[in-house]
Amino acid sequence: MQDLRYARASSVAEASRLLADGGPTARVLAGGTDVIVQARERTQKISLFVDIKHIPEAVGVGGAEGGGLTLGAAAPCCHIYDDASVRSSYPALVDATSLIGGTAIQGRASLGGNLCNSSPAADGVPPLIALGATAVIAGPGGERRVPVATFTTGPGQNVLEPGEFVVALEVPAPAPGSGVRFLRFIPRNEMDIAVVNVASALRLDGAEVAEARVVVGAAAPTALVVEEAAEALVGRPLSQESIASAAAAARAAVRPIDDMRGSIRQRRHLAGVLTERTLRDAARRARGEEVASHP
Amino acid sequence: MVAPAKKPYRVIGSRPVRPDGTDKVTGRANYGSDIRLPGMLYGRVLRSPHAHARIVRIDPSKALAHPGVKAVITQADFPAAEDVITDLGETASNLKWLVDNVLASDRALYHGHAVAAVAATDPHVAEDALGLIEVEYEPLDPVLSVHEAMAEAAPRIHPHMHTVEMLARFSPGPRSEHDIPNAASHLRLEIGDLEQGFAEAEIVIEREYETGTAHQGYIEPHNGTALWNESGELTVWLSTQGPFMMRDQLARMLKLPVSKIRVIPMEIGGGFGGKIPMYMEPMAAALSRKTGRPVKMIMQRDEVLLGTGPTSATYVRVKLGARRDGTLTAAEAYLAYEAGAYPGSPVGAGGMCMFSPYSIPHQRADCYDVIVNKPKVSAYRAPGAPAGAFAMESALDELAEQLDIDPLELRQRNAAVDGTRRIDGAAFRSIGNEAVMRAAEESPHWNSELQGENRGRGIAMGYWGNGGLESSAYATVNRDGTVGLVLGSVDIGGQRAALAMQIAETLGIDYEQVKPIVVDTDSIGYTAVTGGSRTTFASGWAVHEAGLEIRRELEARAARIWEVDAALVHYDDDGVIRGPEDRSLSFAEIAGQLHRTGGTVQGKADVMPEGTGPAFACHIVDVEVDPDTAKVEVLRYTAIQDVGTAIHPDYVEGQIQGGAVQGVGMALTEEYVYDDEGRLRNASLLDYRMPTTLDVPQIETILVEEPNPGHPYGVRGVGEVPIVPPLAAIANAIHQATGVRPRTLPASPRVLLEEMLPEA
Repeated sequence: MQDLRYARASSVAEASRLLADGGPTARVLAGGTDVIVQARERTQKISLFVDIKHIPEAVGVGGAEGGGLTLGAAAPCCHIYDDASVRSSYPALVDATSLIGGTAIQGRASLGGNLCNSSPAADGVPPLIALGATAVIAGPGGERRVPVATFTTGPGQNVLEPGEFVVALEVPAPAPGSGVRFLRFIPRNEMDIAVVNVASALRLDGAEVAEARVVVGAAAPTALVVEEAAEALVGRPLSQESIASAAAAARAAVRPIDDMRGSIRQRRHLAGVLTERTLRDAARRARGEEVASHP
Repeated sequence: MVAPAKKPYRVIGSRPVRPDGTDKVTGRANYGSDIRLPGMLYGRVLRSPHAHARIVRIDPSKALAHPGVKAVITQADFPAAEDVITDLGETASNLKWLVDNVLASDRALYHGHAVAAVAATDPHVAEDALGLIEVEYEPLDPVLSVHEAMAEAAPRIHPHMHTVEMLARFSPGPRSEHDIPNAASHLRLEIGDLEQGFAEAEIVIEREYETGTAHQGYIEPHNGTALWNESGELTVWLSTQGPFMMRDQLARMLKLPVSKIRVIPMEIGGGFGGKIPMYMEPMAAALSRKTGRPVKMIMQRDEVLLGTGPTSATYVRVKLGARRDGTLTAAEAYLAYEAGAYPGSPVGAGGMCMFSPYSIPHQRADCYDVIVNKPKVSAYRAPGAPAGAFAMESALDELAEQLDIDPLELRQRNAAVDGTRRIDGAAFRSIGNEAVMRAAEESPHWNSELQGENRGRGIAMGYWGNGGLESSAYATVNRDGTVGLVLGSVDIGGQRAALAMQIAETLGIDYEQVKPIVVDTDSIGYTAVTGGSRTTFASGWAVHEAGLEIRRELEARAARIWEVDAALVHYDDDGVIRGPEDRSLSFAEIAGQLHRTGGTVQGKADVMPEGTGPAFACHIVDVEVDPDTAKVEVLRYTAIQDVGTAIHPDYVEGQIQGGAVQGVGMALTEEYVYDDEGRLRNASLLDYRMPTTLDVPQIETILVEEPNPGHPYGVRGVGEVPIVPPLAAIANAIHQATGVRPRTLPASPRVLLEEMLPEA
């Protein structure tokens, strides 16, 4: 048993102070679905949990000033997918938050925790990157903002400095004509870690693709933004060929590993398959069509 | 769907609420983990991180110095076990192997092999102490498959082992003239003249198949609490399918008289064969003796996967000969099953069962039990049969395709019938094999049209012999006309209900008047495990005979009350005792007079019935395979089975559905994943992928009721055969959907995708 202390912070400043005082074995406790398991299985040395669920900024889900969406880092998945504005304007967040774990886990697990756990297979991260989200970080040096796309630096590693923690995630308002879709592949239909996951964002200007972003997870040390896929799409009408080129770019870009959850060949192939599928669905959403999260 | 019952029963065939149901769904039922005793300590097990290693030294001194730690044990704390293998050549029950599997002696033979155990004042202290026990290992090369193990230059995991020729499935014979590295035994099953059979064939196909290691996946981890008291008596509370077998194994291992050991079975949260062997129970006993306090041990989930269970990974080669009209002339199989670290794979059952649904004049199966550096396998639902059936039923499907014969029709043309000889030479009597095939042919599923792309339908048969063995029961008539029914069989799948129903039928009383209870090993006669599809059959015989004894005694009491000759009194099936001059007494009326006519009446029976009825099943499955990801979705599933008489149809259907789902898991997602050093990589329910509710459709069942003439109510075992056909049924469906024939299971997306993708 690891002896550990629990502290409840009621403000950002208090959490920062507790984390700074706690040193390297202090951890933020949001839903706890990763860190409690790590403490119990002794894969991490943890001596202090700082609970941020009583900090209003860390649990809110709602509109940001000047448009867009602010998600408290500790807001549970169920609050995200139940939010009316998320459902109408950010369906890719519903795609992701409604398939992380089962119902019980979704009542605890948060996107902030998913990001800070920094697993290459995190299901919350590719859609946040595709949406252009930014992490709001508080710490001893004050507040700073880091794009989610550059937040994770390797498996289990990220840009957080000692004493820092993620308070919230800011998602810009969707541009007109845009759509985002997230899909993952797992061998079962629930209770699994992604073999590969992909989020794709498209902005259409008439028939032509004005902007594109393809993000592949579980196929490299961090979620991978495939620039070549975007290049294959932007500036031309979305077509069978351009989608196939984007998929080929995704297959070429990934750097997967062989492990018990998938093989290199399988992951490379699936990166292409999911790129194609997410692009088709993203285009439908961009055109205003309904695409159910889980058909 | 249920065919009309053959006999008009009053209770049998109805679907009453099970007596243990409410306590189980409200959480009041007592399981092993609920045991709390004064002064109780908590034990934990230290397990080998190596698949194969010499244990040079174990130093517990730091752990013993840790506050709260009360004792550490190693194998040296058990009585020395004689190694009978060296002089007797015995395979299955060498005490030395039994003990070595509980706690390693000088070598760890698999990742997760128990090496030491500790008892401490709380479970967390015990866990801390594990890290303080110093073990020096000298790693050895692991042997991880039957192919590696049987290779000429393979390291011999048991250096003194020599391949033994089995005389029959459970009867070891002399040393084989053909010693094969790491093959503990060879069994040849044979009828007819194989060469002649293949000479008569117009078409011959030969194929190879492999299956992965699968775990039973019971949701309740193993647990046991032991108290070795000051007068040398050992009491063990635990979760087990066989309390008497556990008692006798403990007595043998701990060298205690059986009468000194009392085993108290708690409720059991699943077993499927895996809750029969000893694991922590002797460790808890030794720790209790050493500390003078009760010691409780509960496995963590990873320990369950690492240290208990699984069933064999297998290699099967099958060769079939047939005429152009589909008549099978010859069948040959070579089976090599992983035993794990110690002998005892169910390979003989694999060879015994795979050809049994068919009438084939010339058959041979060569069965090898092969030692590898993996956990020692234990029984798992129809042990050994699913892998053999996967091979046979897949090969038959290919034969049907090549001969352009409908796969069900091919099976019907070759169906075993009464009088057909099995591969062991025994002839079937009163089997429902053809009736099952006919029910499949007439089923809504088989007659439905399968529409849509990337979809396929598969069909496969399965056979299992079912068990008999010893059972004891007694029943007491209470003054108010209720009956207490005392059972030695633990209730793992509705046995309380199924046995209460049978004695209620015998006595002509209502099910609700019977109160069944499962008792410990000091309270009833030896009763074999709840397993082998034997309990409703054999313990059903016992409760029936106990009921008949009560009927005879109540006739005598009525004769005394009426002062007539006992021969004139008759206990009728409606539970009314009738005598001369229209005299009659209901069961409740005579129960109220027992204290005035000689006292309590009990019926008791200890049985070991012959007359088991074998079980046949046919499964039909529709799948859709995603052509891009190779993920298989099971769309529709129908299981048809000859169940004899369905005592409680809900529980019969539940057994069939549960078996089918476990087979779906073996076919599609469940397997142990090892690294090159033989370390198990997926010892968690996240990565050992059993199907969830979202992965299987409602399993439709069709109960064919061909009563077993060897049982008073026609019972056949039902629990095991439903796991036999799913592997091949799904593989055959995948072939129809994709053109790819899975010959290695599970057909996980990763494996199937390799087959479906063009060559890189």
